[in-house]
Amino acid sequence: MHQRMLIWHLVAASLLLGQYALQTTLRMGIALLCSLLFTFVYAKAALRSRRAEQVLIPLLDILQSVPILGFLSITVLWFVQLFPGSLLGPECAAIFAIFTSQAWNMAFSFYYSLRMLPKDLSRVADLFHLSAWQRFWKLEVPYAMPGLVWNAMMSVSGGWFFVVASEAITVSEKTICLPGIGSYIAVAIAQRDLTAVGYAIVAMLSVILLTDQLLFRPVVAWADKFKFEFAESRDAPRSWLLDWLRQARLWGQLMTAPAILWDRLRMLGPRRPAGRRPLRIPLPRLPFWRHIDPWPDWLWLGLLGAAAVASIVLLARFVLTEASDAEVAHVFVLGLYTLARVLILTGLASLIWVPIGVLIGLRPRLAQRMQPLVLFLSAFPANLLFPVVVSFIVAHRLSPDIWLSPLMILGTQWYILFNVIAGAAALPSDLKEAAANLGLRGWLRWRRVLLPAVFPSYLTGGLTASGGAWNASVVAEVASWGTTTLTASGVGAYIAQATVQGDHPRVALGIAVMSLYVVIFNRLIWKRLYAFAQRRLALD
Amino acid sequence: MSDADPLIELRQVSKSFGATDRADEILVLKDIDFSLHPGEIVAILGRSGCGKSTLLRIICGLTRASSGVALYRGQPVTAPVAGISMVFQTFGLFPWLTVLENVELGLEALKVPGPERRQRALAAIDMIGLDGFESAYPKELSGGMRQRVGFARALVVNPDVLLMDEAFSALDVPTSETLRGDLLDLWLERQIPTRAILMVSHSIEETLMIADRVVILDSNPGRVKAQLQITLKHPRDDLAPAFRRLVEEVYEIMTAAAGEQRISSIGHRLPAAHVAQLLGLLDEVNHPTYQGRADLSALADALKLAVDRLFPIIEALQLLDFAQVADGEIRLNPHSQAFLDADIQRRKMIFGEHLLRRVPLAAHICRVIDERPGQRAPESRFLRELEDFVSEEEAERVLHVIVDWGRYAELFAFDYQTGIFSAENPGAEGQADNH
Repeated sequence: MHQRMLIWHLVAASLLLGQYALQTTLRMGIALLCSLLFTFVYAKAALRSRRAEQVLIPLLDILQSVPILGFLSITVLWFVQLFPGSLLGPECAAIFAIFTSQAWNMAFSFYYSLRMLPKDLSRVADLFHLSAWQRFWKLEVPYAMPGLVWNAMMSVSGGWFFVVASEAITVSEKTICLPGIGSYIAVAIAQRDLTAVGYAIVAMLSVILLTDQLLFRPVVAWADKFKFEFAESRDAPRSWLLDWLRQARLWGQLMTAPAILWDRLRMLGPRRPAGRRPLRIPLPRLPFWRHIDPWPDWLWLGLLGAAAVASIVLLARFVLTEASDAEVAHVFVLGLYTLARVLILTGLASLIWVPIGVLIGLRPRLAQRMQPLVLFLSAFPANLLFPVVVSFIVAHRLSPDIWLSPLMILGTQWYILFNVIAGAAALPSDLKEAAANLGLRGWLRWRRVLLPAVFPSYLTGGLTASGGAWNASVVAEVASWGTTTLTASGVGAYIAQATVQGDHPRVALGIAVMSLYVVIFNRLIWKRLYAFAQRRLALD
Repeated sequence: MSDADPLIELRQVSKSFGATDRADEILVLKDIDFSLHPGEIVAILGRSGCGKSTLLRIICGLTRASSGVALYRGQPVTAPVAGISMVFQTFGLFPWLTVLENVELGLEALKVPGPERRQRALAAIDMIGLDGFESAYPKELSGGMRQRVGFARALVVNPDVLLMDEAFSALDVPTSETLRGDLLDLWLERQIPTRAILMVSHSIEETLMIADRVVILDSNPGRVKAQLQITLKHPRDDLAPAFRRLVEEVYEIMTAAAGEQRISSIGHRLPAAHVAQLLGLLDEVNHPTYQGRADLSALADALKLAVDRLFPIIEALQLLDFAQVADGEIRLNPHSQAFLDADIQRRKMIFGEHLLRRVPLAAHICRVIDERPGQRAPESRFLRELEDFVSEEEAERVLHVIVDWGRYAELFAFDYQTGIFSAENPGAEGQADNH
């Protein structure tokens, strides 16, 4: 009897969790669609005119460096006011949070693809008089597809973290829970229920595995045909689901109607009446300097500068309504603490994962097997693991200032490993053979061959990892287990506490300081290293 | 050690590749006996895929022989050896090191102290004609200059033996001729302490310009087919009658015993030749200048094809019963004339008939497609069957060749995305997306 109860309990729990997982996934899906729409509109808008480009692209760069989690409280309040008395407000806020974690890099990818559009393809489109709408679907989207799919996949991987974080959020001392895995685990933390935490972890793992197998693999395999290359690549990505769908005839018949509909849709747009007008050959554009009248250009830049100064002044005045100058200085010091954490942890993670990544990458078979696994690990939202670590810290009374720090890098360290593996695997065999023939061994081999070879891809991983760590600091520097709350001093904790108290000027201050650190850090260190790696180390 | 003792000796060296879980591995080199003596330049010549590069890698210790033994100065080679340097086809330069640093690298590995290292590297750079480029990065240099860095790096350690793996084939003709001439001068004037050079090449002319001895390798598996002493004096003239005779002789050796090409197994390693190349070569031989018979050396010159590109095409033509090769000469078969005179549709039909009759794999694919419900078959099925005979990579390559031939002959359709062979007309199904 008791056993049967237990089984029923398990079934009920898994049904509930299944439903939660579905709702979490749904949120992610809606956010992804929004991101896609945003991507299309934003990139096209940026390319519409040079002036728009001057504003939109740097803006995107800044948005990319802003810690999203800090925003959450402000957006939640705004959305709650929009839909008073309903869960739709927090729901929109959660989707918005996920959207902000996904959209920027997708928009960047699409923008760069459009910029790189091969000239001859563009000319062919002109010559056949494709309408803007046809051009978009026949030329621009297909050309950008592989990059877009890859970035969407990375976005969703990163997005799980934010779904989990945004489902249960405390604003102004009030906790709002949306049905989903994130709130399930928040309740489990409040009740100190490690078993429930375990359930949630298993549920999340299955969700990631399923989206990978049922959504991303087929899409990546399908998008491979859009790659702009004429040599067939040896290891084209494959998906069992896509193979199966392509082979099943039923699918083809089912898709006929939507395919026709889609086709009609693509034909939309202004049509030329056939045979009436003679074909108009597009006139060569005037050289671009003719378009630019220097005076309005200066005016435009001046306006932009004024707008930037005005927004900084407004922000400062808003912040100073609550915080004193001394507090502002204090927050900058807190930022230094978090900066130190990010630096040390990124360094530590690099020390561990770079050698391991190189060793894996040099063995092609192992690398092939490890890469999907590491990608999978990077998608797993590390905040689900926080309670496990925090309960341990609480039980052993460890110092939160030190021991909470590793949580920041827990989820993002995998980006380092993944990129280093990819870099080492791409090392051409003639370089490996030359190194062996010259008798390079030990440290000399690492210093002269292996480390320089993986450095460019390491940078990509390191930048992603440190960016992720900044973001994670908002949830990692303050952690609770039951009624115990651990706090490490840092700007992340400052933002989190201000959020709980609903203290918006302080939230704004925290975010501004953190963004400033991230932007400066990226400009001063990562971008320079990038430029150096591109100049010196890139294999051509 | 006296001068008569060989520097390098191979005894019964064989090399096979393949998954360890399969009993029948793919044999690349079989029972190679070979020695390299002080004072000689030896060239190994063979078609692509005859394992000549693998042979070099065994000699310098980059790979191990599956059986047999490779000796350097009487000692078995098991790991990279300090006295043997290699120059790579794709240069193998480290893009993050300057020319000077690239050249110093080998000395650094030998723990030569800094000042001496620098001095020796500068001397090598000077000798090879790279003066002034010391601080440049490889990507700033042209192909010819890059390969000079490759040579400087290989020579700076004063190797006993210099190995060259297609060292000139990534360069354009004038560049490679200049570099080859410079190297030969260094060698003939004894400016480098190197005691022997072993090179691998697929260009017959290049080989005959420098080598004292040519070793011709057979393919599938690689075996020593013939050795040829070249006694022409340097500088050699590639237009001299004696030189041309040698070229002819090498062509004859390389095509000898090819005889009638007839295959019985579906696992035959079909030569890597596209239909367009087959048609092009047939047209060329049919040209009034040749009238259906052509010297291979003349043909190679006219079409600007190196041996490794020419031979697969010729092999395919023999295989498909369009031409015969003997004594360095290709002759069109009588019915090839009808093929060449036909229009496109008729050509496709004739090609299809030949393909079905002569290539068991093509017939096999058609039969399987016919037997299967829906007249479709996945490529994985054929790949598995091919992998009983050849490696995974080779199976893919062979299937690629048959897809190209079969598509042209319209024997079957193949969808690259799904990997499905089918009998149906490829246009019929995808009409919904074609509008």
